[in-house]
Amino acid sequence: MKFQGTENYVATEDLMVAVNAAITLQRPLLVKGEPGTGKTVLAEEIAKSLGKKLITWSIKSTTRAQQGLYEYDAVSRLRDSQLGDARVHDIANYIVKGKLWEAFEDESAPVLLIDEIDKADIEFPNDLLQELDRMEFFVYETQETIKAANRPIVIITSNNEKELPDAFLRRCFFHYIRFPDAETMTEIVAVHFPDIQKRLVSEALNLFYDMRDVGGLKKKPSTSELLDWLKLLMAEDLPPEALRAKDAKTAVPPLHGALLKNEQDVHLFERLAFMARREGR
Amino acid sequence: MFSGFFYKLKEARVPVSLREYLTLLEAVEKGLANCAVEDFYYLARATLVKDERHLDRFDQVFGAHFKGVINLADGIDEVAEADIPEEWLRKLAEKFLTDKEKAEIEALGGWEKLMETLKQRLEEQKGRHQGGNKWIGTAGTSPFGAYGYNPEGVRIGQDKSRHRRAVKVWDKREFKNLDDSVEIGTRNIKVALRRLRKWARTGAADELDLPGTITSTARQGWLDVQMRPERHNAVKVLMLFDIGGSMDDHIKVCEELFSAVKTEFKHLEYYYFHNCPYEGLWKDNARRRTDQVSTWDVIRTYGADYKLVIVGDATMSPYEITYPGGSVEHWNQEAGAVWMQRLLDHFEHAAWINPQAENWWQYHGSIQIMYKLMEGRMYPLTLEGLDRMTGELNR
Repeated sequence: MKFQGTENYVATEDLMVAVNAAITLQRPLLVKGEPGTGKTVLAEEIAKSLGKKLITWSIKSTTRAQQGLYEYDAVSRLRDSQLGDARVHDIANYIVKGKLWEAFEDESAPVLLIDEIDKADIEFPNDLLQELDRMEFFVYETQETIKAANRPIVIITSNNEKELPDAFLRRCFFHYIRFPDAETMTEIVAVHFPDIQKRLVSEALNLFYDMRDVGGLKKKPSTSELLDWLKLLMAEDLPPEALRAKDAKTAVPPLHGALLKNEQDVHLFERLAFMARREGR
Repeated sequence: MFSGFFYKLKEARVPVSLREYLTLLEAVEKGLANCAVEDFYYLARATLVKDERHLDRFDQVFGAHFKGVINLADGIDEVAEADIPEEWLRKLAEKFLTDKEKAEIEALGGWEKLMETLKQRLEEQKGRHQGGNKWIGTAGTSPFGAYGYNPEGVRIGQDKSRHRRAVKVWDKREFKNLDDSVEIGTRNIKVALRRLRKWARTGAADELDLPGTITSTARQGWLDVQMRPERHNAVKVLMLFDIGGSMDDHIKVCEELFSAVKTEFKHLEYYYFHNCPYEGLWKDNARRRTDQVSTWDVIRTYGADYKLVIVGDATMSPYEITYPGGSVEHWNQEAGAVWMQRLLDHFEHAAWINPQAENWWQYHGSIQIMYKLMEGRMYPLTLEGLDRMTGELNR
């Protein structure tokens, strides 16, 4: 069982080593990186390449650790008791299974994605320590222990909005997805758009990396934005020359809306264009 | 196995624990390292490093520790890194250099001359080199080498995609700028400050209290809905900012800090002072002469439950702190130290954030005095410093 990347996902060597280590030693893998470098997609692709089911648990600021295990639906039980429903006598009827339970129960050892763990409260990872370590937990209401038959592959992503506690980190493997270099980027583009013109790609990549080098951008464009932009370029059927035209008017690249996500950045580029025009005169 | 490496990591302040070390050994035993140095590097990195801020330090330790081993094992020559064909260099330079830069090279004696010197130095150089101003290496000021800042420099080996020599991945130190003592941005500051949050329920009861409802329903025998107020961040912060003079150097980072705290805390009060707090503080720098608030009033207005955070470089003449009349701007009846002491007596939780780099503190008498006055609660304006500060304020 080895992860080698898929036809839709270019995995660098260090990423493969980290993923395989996590699979073999059955520990969670924590993935960090700039937004849009394919952290969430990674879990999907691991599931696909290993032929496993993917269970996604998306974390929000209001998510509590208990919700991943199970929830006791007290309100429906209360209602049923007032209506005289027979189900009310068995408390197990009101235990709602969470994503972790679902993953533990699945015999096929699925891939469990805990997405954006840093969105939750600071204590959230600590509350999951034992559960992820031993892959078991105790249900107080029914007095039973749920234990993973086969340990699922756990992928955790973080956008670095909060620091994670040391005790939690010690139990994980860690991988930081670096921004891909131009060569890897060409591979990634080739995987997504196999029949795009080579010249268009190289022009677009040049422009893209130039843009990333511009200082003072609020949000640098990332891989997913590049892919969107290429899709647009293809849809508009722009010739590669349109990208190369270095005359001042086009210093703001065509269809920049896919790359620049806030008006300050667009403004910055327009200003640069203006300055270039003055210099050119 | 690898225990020397483990201790070196600890020395380099990469937070590693025994557990991670054992995990690494387990992984190696399971054959995950493939008996290849590069795979071992990736594996060790995934196991031992848990924060991208530490990646750079890890790379350095790894490079230093396994240097000899790698050379023996793979027979790769140290000079190999610098052994780049001239043709390739030329191509690289043509790609990267602008016309202006090319003109500068001409000024240095032309391309040929530069290449000649480069070759000569390559021959002289026997090992990999870091820093310095003559040898080819990394992060130096010599015109040759990577990551340097000599304006007329030639970048060698920075375009790594063409030059993927496997063993040298860690030598690239790609994670350099993620070290936590360097960069600080609004978002990062917010994350650091978030530690200060203290949740409390105040205000109108507008949230369903489910456990309360259940308990009370069970007790009453009918559905008895209970409400409770929403949770809010209840921490109160009073900030004093040093403004003007020597603080001008730090204005950007202070602005970032200011905008971060402004959105992060609901109860935030701020005042300005110059160099050292005396009898008056002000809220608006344009009206600082006319609209001063007495420091006594500030102490009386804000309760002891406010956390006092003073931001300043504390770089001034020592007299400005210790002597009456020491202020550079006006005649102060009482010394700055007296006013500092009054503030500190009232506000139990207090800290001083100093944008000046920590290793400079010992060379400034005034910083030393302030440090003593604060009883050591002075922290550098870095993420790590803010972390220590929030820890102190939360105690």
